[in-house]
Amino acid sequence: MIWIALISAAVMLGAAIAVITLRDFYSALAASTVVSLALSVLFVVLRAPDVALAEAAVGAGVSGVLFALTLRRLGAKGAAEDE
Amino acid sequence: MQALATDLELLQTVLYSGAFGLVLLGLYAMASHRHLVRILLGLTLLEGGANLFLVAVGFRADAVAPIVTPGAQALPMVDPVPQALILTAIVIGVGVLALGLALTVRVFEVHGTLDVRALAQRLTQAGEATPEEPSPAPPVSVTRDAS
Amino acid sequence: MSSRTFASLVFTLGLGLILASVMQGLPLGGAPMQVGQAIVAQAPEAVGTANIVTSVVLAYRGLDTLGELTILFAAATAGGLVLSGRRPSHATQSQAGFILRTGAGLLFPFLLALGAYIILHGHLTPGGGFQGGAIIAAAFFVPLLSRPESPFNEAVASVIEGAAGAMFIVIGLLSLTNGGSFLEPLLGTGELGELFSAGSLPLLYVAVGLKVGAELAGLLVHLGGLGEAG
Repeated sequence: MIWIALISAAVMLGAAIAVITLRDFYSALAASTVVSLALSVLFVVLRAPDVALAEAAVGAGVSGVLFALTLRRLGAKGAAEDE
Repeated sequence: MQALATDLELLQTVLYSGAFGLVLLGLYAMASHRHLVRILLGLTLLEGGANLFLVAVGFRADAVAPIVTPGAQALPMVDPVPQALILTAIVIGVGVLALGLALTVRVFEVHGTLDVRALAQRLTQAGEATPEEPSPAPPVSVTRDAS
Repeated sequence: MSSRTFASLVFTLGLGLILASVMQGLPLGGAPMQVGQAIVAQAPEAVGTANIVTSVVLAYRGLDTLGELTILFAAATAGGLVLSGRRPSHATQSQAGFILRTGAGLLFPFLLALGAYIILHGHLTPGGGFQGGAIIAAAFFVPLLSRPESPFNEAVASVIEGAAGAMFIVIGLLSLTNGGSFLEPLLGTGELGELFSAGSLPLLYVAVGLKVGAELAGLLVHLGGLGEAG
Protein backbone atom coordinates (compact mmCIF):
# COMPACT_ATOMS: atom_id res chain seq x y z
CA MET A 1 0.00 0.00 0.00
CA ILE A 2 2.83 2.37 0.76
CA TRP A 3 4.30 1.83 -2.70
CA ILE A 4 1.05 2.79 -4.38
CA ALA A 5 0.95 5.97 -2.34
CA LEU A 6 4.58 6.75 -3.10
CA ILE A 7 4.28 6.22 -6.83
CA SER A 8 1.02 8.11 -7.22
CA ALA A 9 2.31 11.01 -5.11
CA ALA A 10 5.41 11.20 -7.31
CA VAL A 11 3.28 11.11 -10.47
CA MET A 12 0.99 13.76 -9.02
CA LEU A 13 3.78 16.17 -8.17
CA GLY A 14 5.51 15.62 -11.50
CA ALA A 15 2.30 16.31 -13.38
CA ALA A 16 1.67 19.39 -11.23
CA ILE A 17 5.09 20.76 -12.17
CA ALA A 18 4.24 19.98 -15.80
CA VAL A 19 1.03 22.00 -15.51
CA ILE A 20 3.04 25.05 -14.54
CA THR A 21 5.92 24.73 -16.94
CA LEU A 22 4.37 23.38 -20.14
CA ARG A 23 3.81 26.03 -22.77
CA ASP A 24 1.05 24.40 -24.75
CA PHE A 25 -2.26 24.74 -22.97
CA TYR A 26 -3.68 21.45 -24.15
CA SER A 27 -0.69 19.60 -22.70
CA ALA A 28 -1.09 21.52 -19.43
CA LEU A 29 -4.72 20.49 -19.26
CA ALA A 30 -3.81 16.84 -19.89
CA ALA A 31 -1.30 17.12 -17.04
CA SER A 32 -3.98 18.53 -14.74
CA THR A 33 -6.16 15.52 -15.59
CA VAL A 34 -3.25 13.27 -14.57
CA VAL A 35 -3.03 15.19 -11.28
CA SER A 36 -6.74 14.53 -10.66
CA LEU A 37 -6.39 10.82 -11.38
CA ALA A 38 -3.35 10.42 -9.13
CA LEU A 39 -5.25 12.36 -6.47
CA SER A 40 -8.15 9.93 -6.67
CA VAL A 41 -5.74 6.98 -6.24
CA LEU A 42 -4.39 8.68 -3.12
CA PHE A 43 -7.92 9.08 -1.84
CA VAL A 44 -8.43 5.33 -2.20
CA VAL A 45 -5.23 4.73 -0.22
CA LEU A 46 -6.70 7.02 2.45
CA ARG A 47 -9.80 4.79 2.69
CA ALA A 48 -12.12 7.41 1.16
CA PRO A 49 -13.89 5.75 -1.80
CA ASP A 50 -16.65 8.37 -2.03
CA VAL A 51 -14.18 11.19 -2.35
CA ALA A 52 -12.10 9.19 -4.86
CA LEU A 53 -15.15 8.61 -7.04
CA ALA A 54 -16.11 12.27 -6.86
CA GLU A 55 -12.59 13.43 -7.69
CA ALA A 56 -12.29 11.05 -10.64
CA ALA A 57 -15.71 11.86 -12.08
CA VAL A 58 -15.74 15.58 -11.43
CA GLY A 59 -12.09 16.58 -11.36
CA ALA A 60 -10.76 14.49 -14.19
CA GLY A 61 -13.92 14.33 -16.26
CA VAL A 62 -15.94 17.51 -16.03
CA SER A 63 -13.08 19.85 -15.19
CA GLY A 64 -10.92 18.66 -18.07
CA VAL A 65 -13.79 18.95 -20.52
CA LEU A 66 -14.54 22.49 -19.29
CA PHE A 67 -10.94 23.54 -19.92
CA ALA A 68 -10.91 21.91 -23.35
CA LEU A 69 -14.12 23.63 -24.40
CA THR A 70 -12.80 26.98 -23.22
CA LEU A 71 -9.54 26.53 -25.09
CA ARG A 72 -11.41 25.60 -28.23
CA ARG A 73 -13.55 28.69 -27.91
CA LEU A 74 -10.60 30.99 -27.25
CA GLY A 75 -8.94 29.84 -30.44
CA ALA A 76 -5.29 30.05 -31.30
CA LYS A 77 -4.94 33.72 -30.36
CA GLY A 78 -6.39 33.30 -26.91
CA ALA A 79 -4.30 30.29 -26.10
CA ALA A 80 -1.06 32.09 -26.89
CA GLU A 81 1.00 33.19 -23.97
CA ASP A 82 3.79 35.70 -24.25
CA GLU A 83 6.05 35.98 -21.23
CA MET B 1 17.50 10.55 4.34
CA GLN B 2 17.43 8.77 7.67
CA ALA B 3 15.46 5.58 7.90
CA LEU B 4 11.94 6.33 9.02
CA ALA B 5 10.70 4.30 11.91
CA THR B 6 7.35 3.04 10.82
CA ASP B 7 5.27 2.75 7.69
CA LEU B 8 2.88 5.31 9.07
CA GLU B 9 5.55 7.96 9.28
CA LEU B 10 6.55 7.33 5.67
CA LEU B 11 2.91 7.52 4.62
CA GLN B 12 2.55 10.75 6.55
CA THR B 13 5.57 12.28 4.83
CA VAL B 14 4.38 11.19 1.41
CA LEU B 15 0.82 12.42 1.84
CA TYR B 16 1.57 15.70 3.56
CA SER B 17 4.36 16.61 1.18
CA GLY B 18 2.11 15.72 -1.74
CA ALA B 19 -0.70 17.89 -0.41
CA PHE B 20 1.54 20.81 0.51
CA GLY B 21 3.43 20.47 -2.77
CA LEU B 22 0.19 20.81 -4.69
CA VAL B 23 -0.87 23.80 -2.61
CA LEU B 24 2.46 25.53 -3.11
CA LEU B 25 2.63 24.76 -6.82
CA GLY B 26 -0.92 26.02 -7.31
CA LEU B 27 -0.19 29.21 -5.39
CA TYR B 28 3.00 29.79 -7.35
CA ALA B 29 1.14 29.30 -10.62
CA MET B 30 -1.54 31.75 -9.57
CA ALA B 31 0.92 34.36 -8.35
CA SER B 32 3.53 34.36 -11.07
CA HIS B 33 1.72 33.58 -14.31
CA ARG B 34 -0.19 36.12 -16.30
CA HIS B 35 -2.55 34.18 -18.51
CA LEU B 36 -6.01 33.79 -17.03
CA VAL B 37 -6.39 30.14 -18.02
CA ARG B 38 -3.12 29.25 -16.36
CA ILE B 39 -4.23 31.04 -13.22
CA LEU B 40 -7.37 28.89 -13.24
CA LEU B 41 -5.24 25.77 -13.68
CA GLY B 42 -3.27 26.84 -10.62
CA LEU B 43 -6.54 27.29 -8.73
CA THR B 44 -7.50 23.71 -9.60
CA LEU B 45 -4.18 22.42 -8.25
CA LEU B 46 -4.56 24.49 -5.10
CA GLU B 47 -8.00 23.09 -4.37
CA GLY B 48 -6.84 19.53 -5.00
CA GLY B 49 -3.99 19.95 -2.54
CA ALA B 50 -6.24 21.40 0.14
CA ASN B 51 -8.76 18.57 -0.30
CA LEU B 52 -6.02 15.94 -0.03
CA PHE B 53 -4.72 17.48 3.16
CA LEU B 54 -8.15 17.55 4.81
CA VAL B 55 -8.93 13.95 3.93
CA ALA B 56 -5.50 12.90 5.17
CA VAL B 57 -6.22 14.47 8.54
CA GLY B 58 -9.13 12.10 9.04
CA PHE B 59 -7.08 9.00 8.39
CA ARG B 60 -6.67 6.26 11.02
CA ALA B 61 -4.06 3.54 10.88
CA ASP B 62 -5.46 0.02 10.33
CA ALA B 63 -8.97 1.36 9.80
CA VAL B 64 -11.44 0.63 7.02
CA ALA B 65 -13.55 2.86 4.82
CA PRO B 66 -16.69 4.17 6.52
CA ILE B 67 -19.06 1.70 4.88
CA VAL B 68 -20.85 -0.87 6.98
CA THR B 69 -20.50 -4.28 5.40
CA PRO B 70 -22.93 -6.82 6.88
CA GLY B 71 -21.03 -9.49 8.71
CA ALA B 72 -17.82 -7.57 9.33
CA GLN B 73 -18.47 -5.68 12.53
CA ALA B 74 -16.50 -3.75 15.06
CA LEU B 75 -13.65 -2.57 12.87
CA PRO B 76 -12.41 0.96 13.47
CA MET B 77 -13.35 3.34 10.67
CA VAL B 78 -11.75 6.47 9.35
CA ASP B 79 -13.39 9.79 10.08
CA PRO B 80 -16.41 10.26 7.80
CA VAL B 81 -16.93 13.96 8.51
CA PRO B 82 -13.96 15.33 6.50
CA GLN B 83 -14.91 13.03 3.63
CA ALA B 84 -18.42 14.43 3.46
CA LEU B 85 -17.15 18.00 3.58
CA ILE B 86 -14.50 17.40 0.90
CA LEU B 87 -17.18 15.82 -1.31
CA THR B 88 -19.00 19.12 -1.13
CA ALA B 89 -15.81 21.07 -1.68
CA ILE B 90 -14.90 19.16 -4.85
CA VAL B 91 -18.24 19.89 -6.47
CA ILE B 92 -18.11 23.54 -5.43
CA GLY B 93 -14.62 23.73 -6.91
CA VAL B 94 -15.83 22.60 -10.29
CA GLY B 95 -18.75 25.04 -10.12
CA VAL B 96 -16.38 27.92 -9.41
CA LEU B 97 -14.11 26.73 -12.21
CA ALA B 98 -17.02 26.68 -14.67
CA LEU B 99 -17.99 30.23 -13.78
CA GLY B 100 -14.38 31.37 -13.98
CA LEU B 101 -13.98 29.84 -17.44
CA ALA B 102 -17.22 31.42 -18.65
CA LEU B 103 -15.98 34.81 -17.44
CA THR B 104 -12.63 34.18 -19.15
CA VAL B 105 -14.36 33.54 -22.46
CA ARG B 106 -16.36 36.73 -22.06
CA VAL B 107 -13.31 38.80 -21.11
CA PHE B 108 -11.56 37.54 -24.22
CA GLU B 109 -14.53 38.45 -26.39
CA VAL B 110 -14.68 41.98 -24.97
CA HIS B 111 -11.02 42.88 -24.52
CA GLY B 112 -9.18 40.60 -26.90
CA THR B 113 -6.45 39.72 -24.43
CA LEU B 114 -6.12 37.38 -21.47
CA ASP B 115 -3.00 38.90 -19.99
CA VAL B 116 -3.78 40.01 -16.46
CA ARG B 117 -1.47 43.00 -16.48
CA ALA B 118 -2.76 44.27 -19.82
CA LEU B 119 -6.32 43.89 -18.56
CA ALA B 120 -5.49 45.80 -15.39
CA GLN B 121 -4.01 48.62 -17.45
CA ARG B 122 -7.06 48.79 -19.68
CA LEU B 123 -9.40 48.84 -16.74
CA THR B 124 -7.39 51.55 -14.98
CA GLN B 125 -7.41 53.66 -18.12
CA ALA B 126 -11.12 53.15 -18.50
CA GLY B 127 -11.56 54.14 -14.88
CA GLU B 128 -9.47 57.28 -15.28
CA ALA B 129 -11.38 58.44 -18.33
CA THR B 130 -14.69 58.75 -16.47
CA PRO B 131 -15.87 62.40 -16.53
CA GLU B 132 -16.72 62.83 -12.86
CA GLU B 133 -13.09 62.62 -11.77
CA PRO B 134 -11.48 66.07 -11.53
CA SER B 135 -7.96 65.67 -12.85
CA PRO B 136 -5.45 68.50 -13.22
CA ALA B 137 -3.67 66.69 -16.03
CA PRO B 138 -5.00 67.05 -19.57
CA PRO B 139 -7.49 64.30 -20.32
CA VAL B 140 -6.02 61.15 -21.82
CA SER B 141 -7.77 59.88 -24.89
CA VAL B 142 -8.40 56.22 -24.54
CA THR B 143 -9.48 54.12 -27.46
CA ARG B 144 -12.36 52.15 -26.10
CA ASP B 145 -13.08 48.70 -27.37
CA ALA B 146 -16.31 48.70 -29.35
CA SER B 147 -17.86 45.48 -28.18
CA MET C 1 14.16 36.39 -13.11
CA SER C 2 11.53 39.09 -12.97
CA SER C 3 10.56 40.64 -9.68
CA ARG C 4 7.12 39.08 -9.89
CA THR C 5 8.56 35.58 -10.20
CA PHE C 6 11.05 36.24 -7.43
CA ALA C 7 8.36 37.57 -5.10
CA SER C 8 6.15 34.56 -5.84
CA LEU C 9 9.03 32.21 -5.07
CA VAL C 10 9.80 33.91 -1.77
CA PHE C 11 6.13 33.86 -0.79
CA THR C 12 5.80 30.20 -1.76
CA LEU C 13 8.89 29.15 0.17
CA GLY C 14 7.75 31.04 3.25
CA LEU C 15 4.36 29.38 3.07
CA GLY C 16 6.10 26.04 2.62
CA LEU C 17 8.01 26.56 5.85
CA ILE C 18 4.79 27.38 7.69
CA LEU C 19 3.07 24.29 6.29
CA ALA C 20 6.02 22.09 7.21
CA SER C 21 5.73 23.26 10.80
CA VAL C 22 2.04 22.37 10.65
CA MET C 23 3.07 18.89 9.60
CA GLN C 24 5.03 18.43 12.80
CA GLY C 25 2.02 19.10 14.96
CA LEU C 26 -0.44 16.84 13.11
CA PRO C 27 0.77 13.23 13.12
CA LEU C 28 -1.10 11.04 10.67
CA GLY C 29 -3.86 9.14 12.37
CA GLY C 30 -3.63 11.20 15.51
CA ALA C 31 -6.29 13.83 15.15
CA PRO C 32 -9.10 13.50 17.68
CA MET C 33 -12.17 12.08 16.12
CA GLN C 34 -14.90 12.69 18.68
CA VAL C 35 -17.72 13.72 16.36
CA GLY C 36 -16.67 11.13 13.82
CA GLN C 37 -16.66 8.34 16.34
CA ALA C 38 -20.10 9.27 17.63
CA ILE C 39 -21.45 9.34 14.08
CA VAL C 40 -19.83 6.01 13.17
CA ALA C 41 -21.38 4.42 16.26
CA GLN C 42 -24.86 5.85 15.80
CA ALA C 43 -25.43 6.22 12.07
CA PRO C 44 -26.26 2.63 11.02
CA GLU C 45 -29.07 2.39 13.57
CA ALA C 46 -30.25 5.99 13.67
CA VAL C 47 -30.18 6.80 9.97
CA GLY C 48 -30.10 3.36 8.40
CA THR C 49 -27.54 3.83 5.66
CA ALA C 50 -24.67 1.44 5.11
CA ASN C 51 -22.58 4.26 3.65
CA ILE C 52 -21.85 6.49 6.62
CA VAL C 53 -20.57 9.35 4.48
CA THR C 54 -24.04 9.51 2.89
CA SER C 55 -25.60 9.84 6.30
CA VAL C 56 -23.26 12.69 7.11
CA VAL C 57 -23.90 14.45 3.80
CA LEU C 58 -27.67 14.13 3.83
CA ALA C 59 -28.78 13.65 7.41
CA TYR C 60 -26.26 15.14 9.79
CA ARG C 61 -25.06 17.95 7.49
CA GLY C 62 -28.00 18.27 5.15
CA LEU C 63 -27.92 22.05 5.28
CA ASP C 64 -24.40 22.04 3.89
CA THR C 65 -25.65 20.01 0.93
CA LEU C 66 -28.43 22.51 0.39
CA GLY C 67 -25.86 25.29 0.44
CA GLU C 68 -23.76 23.44 -2.09
CA LEU C 69 -26.74 22.99 -4.40
CA THR C 70 -27.35 26.72 -4.14
CA ILE C 71 -23.76 27.52 -5.02
CA LEU C 72 -23.85 25.18 -8.00
CA PHE C 73 -27.12 26.70 -9.16
CA ALA C 74 -25.73 30.22 -8.85
CA ALA C 75 -22.58 29.27 -10.76
CA ALA C 76 -24.51 27.57 -13.55
CA THR C 77 -27.00 30.43 -13.87
CA ALA C 78 -24.28 33.05 -13.86
CA GLY C 79 -22.28 31.09 -16.41
CA GLY C 80 -25.31 30.80 -18.65
CA LEU C 81 -25.99 34.52 -18.29
CA VAL C 82 -22.40 35.50 -19.07
CA LEU C 83 -22.29 33.30 -22.15
CA SER C 84 -25.73 34.16 -23.45
CA GLY C 85 -24.40 36.38 -26.18
CA ARG C 86 -23.80 35.35 -29.71
CA ARG C 87 -22.58 31.82 -30.24
CA PRO C 88 -19.19 31.41 -31.95
CA SER C 89 -19.68 31.83 -35.64
CA HIS C 90 -16.74 29.76 -36.81
CA ALA C 91 -17.67 26.26 -37.82
CA THR C 92 -17.42 24.25 -34.64
CA GLN C 93 -19.77 21.79 -36.21
CA SER C 94 -17.19 19.70 -37.98
CA GLN C 95 -18.46 16.22 -38.66
CA ALA C 96 -16.91 13.74 -36.26
CA GLY C 97 -15.43 10.51 -37.57
CA PHE C 98 -17.26 7.23 -37.83
CA ILE C 99 -15.57 5.71 -34.77
CA LEU C 100 -16.46 8.70 -32.61
CA ARG C 101 -20.07 8.76 -33.68
CA THR C 102 -20.63 5.05 -33.21
CA GLY C 103 -18.67 4.92 -29.97
CA ALA C 104 -20.57 7.87 -28.52
CA GLY C 105 -23.85 6.26 -29.44
CA LEU C 106 -22.74 3.07 -27.72
CA LEU C 107 -21.47 4.87 -24.66
CA PHE C 108 -24.67 6.77 -23.98
CA PRO C 109 -26.83 3.95 -22.50
CA PHE C 110 -23.95 2.52 -20.46
CA LEU C 111 -23.04 5.86 -18.97
CA LEU C 112 -26.68 6.53 -18.22
CA ALA C 113 -27.10 3.14 -16.51
CA LEU C 114 -23.88 3.59 -14.53
CA GLY C 115 -24.90 7.06 -13.40
CA ALA C 116 -28.36 5.88 -12.37
CA TYR C 117 -26.86 2.93 -10.49
CA ILE C 118 -24.42 5.11 -8.60
CA ILE C 119 -27.17 7.56 -7.64
CA LEU C 120 -29.64 4.93 -6.50
CA HIS C 121 -27.10 2.96 -4.47
CA GLY C 122 -25.58 6.01 -2.85
CA HIS C 123 -26.64 4.90 0.60
CA LEU C 124 -25.23 1.37 0.26
CA THR C 125 -21.99 1.62 -1.66
CA PRO C 126 -19.61 4.47 -2.38
CA GLY C 127 -21.24 6.97 -4.65
CA GLY C 128 -24.28 9.13 -4.47
CA GLY C 129 -25.90 12.06 -6.14
CA PHE C 130 -22.87 14.15 -7.04
CA GLN C 131 -20.81 11.44 -8.62
CA GLY C 132 -23.78 9.95 -10.47
CA GLY C 133 -24.87 13.40 -11.59
CA ALA C 134 -21.46 14.13 -13.10
CA ILE C 135 -21.58 10.80 -14.97
CA ILE C 136 -25.08 11.56 -16.27
CA ALA C 137 -23.92 14.97 -17.46
CA ALA C 138 -21.08 13.27 -19.32
CA ALA C 139 -23.56 10.75 -20.75
CA PHE C 140 -25.60 13.56 -22.25
CA PHE C 141 -22.63 15.58 -23.42
CA VAL C 142 -20.58 12.94 -25.24
CA PRO C 143 -23.16 12.25 -28.00
CA LEU C 144 -23.62 15.98 -28.40
CA LEU C 145 -19.89 16.40 -29.06
CA SER C 146 -19.86 13.76 -31.73
CA ARG C 147 -23.10 14.72 -33.38
CA PRO C 148 -23.39 18.50 -33.13
CA GLU C 149 -26.42 18.76 -35.33
CA SER C 150 -28.73 17.12 -32.81
CA PRO C 151 -29.56 19.99 -30.48
CA PHE C 152 -29.58 19.72 -26.73
CA ASN C 153 -32.98 20.49 -25.33
CA GLU C 154 -32.05 23.24 -22.90
CA ALA C 155 -35.63 23.92 -21.86
CA VAL C 156 -36.10 20.36 -20.65
CA ALA C 157 -32.78 20.47 -18.83
CA SER C 158 -33.64 23.64 -16.95
CA VAL C 159 -37.08 22.26 -16.05
CA ILE C 160 -35.48 19.10 -14.67
CA GLU C 161 -32.96 21.14 -12.73
CA GLY C 162 -35.57 23.36 -11.18
CA ALA C 163 -37.92 20.51 -10.39
CA ALA C 164 -35.16 18.45 -8.77
CA GLY C 165 -34.03 21.36 -6.65
CA ALA C 166 -37.60 22.03 -5.59
CA MET C 167 -38.03 18.35 -4.74
CA PHE C 168 -35.04 18.50 -2.41
CA ILE C 169 -36.47 21.49 -0.56
CA VAL C 170 -39.99 20.06 -0.48
CA ILE C 171 -38.75 16.84 1.13
CA GLY C 172 -36.94 18.95 3.70
CA LEU C 173 -40.04 21.04 4.35
CA LEU C 174 -42.18 17.92 4.68
CA SER C 175 -40.23 16.82 7.70
CA LEU C 176 -40.74 20.31 9.09
CA THR C 177 -44.49 19.92 8.83
CA ASN C 178 -44.23 16.52 10.47
CA GLY C 179 -42.98 18.09 13.64
CA GLY C 180 -39.28 17.42 13.13
CA SER C 181 -36.60 19.78 11.98
CA PHE C 182 -35.77 20.86 8.43
CA LEU C 183 -34.27 18.02 6.35
CA GLU C 184 -34.70 15.46 9.10
CA PRO C 185 -34.91 11.97 7.52
CA LEU C 186 -38.44 10.75 7.07
CA LEU C 187 -40.07 7.40 6.51
CA GLY C 188 -38.17 5.39 9.09
CA THR C 189 -34.92 3.56 8.57
CA GLY C 190 -35.77 0.16 7.18
CA GLU C 191 -33.31 -2.66 7.12
CA LEU C 192 -29.61 -1.96 6.79
CA GLY C 193 -28.27 -2.90 3.37
CA GLU C 194 -31.55 -3.08 1.50
CA LEU C 195 -32.18 -0.88 -1.50
CA PHE C 196 -35.32 0.56 0.06
CA SER C 197 -33.82 1.62 3.32
CA ALA C 198 -32.76 4.81 5.05
CA GLY C 199 -36.09 6.51 4.57
CA SER C 200 -36.12 9.60 2.43
CA LEU C 201 -32.36 9.69 1.87
CA PRO C 202 -32.34 7.88 -1.51
CA LEU C 203 -35.03 10.30 -2.67
CA LEU C 204 -32.86 13.22 -1.62
CA TYR C 205 -29.93 11.76 -3.51
CA VAL C 206 -32.06 11.21 -6.61
CA ALA C 207 -33.03 14.88 -6.48
CA VAL C 208 -29.39 15.90 -6.02
CA GLY C 209 -28.27 13.64 -8.87
CA LEU C 210 -30.83 14.97 -11.33
CA LYS C 211 -30.09 18.54 -10.40
CA VAL C 212 -26.32 18.23 -10.65
CA GLY C 213 -26.56 16.25 -13.88
CA ALA C 214 -28.87 18.73 -15.58
CA GLU C 215 -26.79 21.68 -14.36
CA LEU C 216 -23.43 20.31 -15.46
CA ALA C 217 -24.83 19.23 -18.84
CA GLY C 218 -26.31 22.68 -19.39
CA LEU C 219 -23.02 24.31 -18.38
CA LEU C 220 -21.02 22.14 -20.75
CA VAL C 221 -23.40 22.89 -23.60
CA HIS C 222 -23.20 26.64 -22.92
CA LEU C 223 -19.44 26.67 -22.73
CA GLY C 224 -19.09 24.58 -25.84
CA GLY C 225 -21.33 26.83 -27.84
CA LEU C 226 -23.40 23.86 -28.97
CA GLY C 227 -27.13 23.48 -28.80
CA GLU C 228 -29.69 25.66 -30.47
CA ALA C 229 -28.32 28.90 -31.81
CA GLY C 230 -29.50 32.22 -30.50
